[in-house]
Amino acid sequence: MGKFNKKTKADTNIPTSALPDIIFMLLFFFMVTTVLREQDLLVEQKIPQATQLQKLQKKSLISYLFLGKPKNTALYGVEPRIQANDVLINTNDILQWVNQEKDALSEAERDQITISLKADRDVKMGPVSDIQFELREADARKLMYATVGKVQD
Amino acid sequence: MAKKKIRTSQEVNAGSMADIAFLLLIFFLVTTTIASDKGILNILPPKQDPDQPPPEVELNERNIFNILINANDQLLIEGEFRTTTEGLSNEIKSFILNFGNPDEDNLALYNGLPASLRALALRSPESSDYPGAGGAVVSIKTNRGTSYEIYLEVLDLVKKAYFEIYGERVGLTAEEYRALTGNTAAEVELQNRGKEGIPMAISIAEPDKTGS
Repeated sequence: MGKFNKKTKADTNIPTSALPDIIFMLLFFFMVTTVLREQDLLVEQKIPQATQLQKLQKKSLISYLFLGKPKNTALYGVEPRIQANDVLINTNDILQWVNQEKDALSEAERDQITISLKADRDVKMGPVSDIQFELREADARKLMYATVGKVQD
Repeated sequence: MAKKKIRTSQEVNAGSMADIAFLLLIFFLVTTTIASDKGILNILPPKQDPDQPPPEVELNERNIFNILINANDQLLIEGEFRTTTEGLSNEIKSFILNFGNPDEDNLALYNGLPASLRALALRSPESSDYPGAGGAVVSIKTNRGTSYEIYLEVLDLVKKAYFEIYGERVGLTAEEYRALTGNTAAEVELQNRGKEGIPMAISIAEPDKTGS
């Protein structure tokens, strides 16, 4: 009988020296996989400066429109173009785009949609006012001119 | 005297390394914020019904602060030709707070303002009657050829004038007032107290088509 009961008392301490490595691996895993959704910009973006900036609280309500001279001038020409998501669109496509963006929001938040207009500083007011007109038509009346802070002297 | 060193163990105690790594992990999780979205907020007017022409708003000339920007980025402010926007913000401030011909409600508003703002009220009959949509409107009109940059610069200055007034009413600087998030009841109260009776009346006219 004694043959079977023979158990060697193992060390109760679990070796923890490898634990930091595991945690570091986790850390690196998250650092590497967390990709901020960056859009491929097809238009030039030199964001203008301003001083009276306001910050928006709810990120989910913001949709971005990019406006500027196309980077690929051979393909798209030199006139300022509008980029929504990953494609260049025309002014009259804005209405449809806004409705798509609104559909992605919940019913209660639909009228709070904010359009962040990231326009290049070399753009003229013509295309900007065209966009504003279309946004009024689409009933997306909260518009934010994306700017960066100006260093005040 | 030779130092006596006792060699106990050669291994460094690595048990707390995990905690340090955790701290790092949490630190990065908390501090990493994606570049925040900042900008100048503008509320567009509601869309026009083609069947119903917009109601004719009768505004006296003295109640409108006219800013015209042409395709060469030159400014015409209240009929005066300018090339720079210098001092525009202060002019707008005194335009808004002129109180040339206030009614009873606005007289009460005037009396409720801090002394520093009341000092700006010139009560000139040639300038705005009272702050608000019917009494003091800042109008910005551009041309299709106006650069976006100068338009934003002017809009920025108009906003600055308003935020300075709001901030001063609640005893904050314009910066601090803008930073109010409205997340807490106290901040909402401050925000409302700042803009009560003085709504931002900025009219952005359709740009001219000529000369673009």
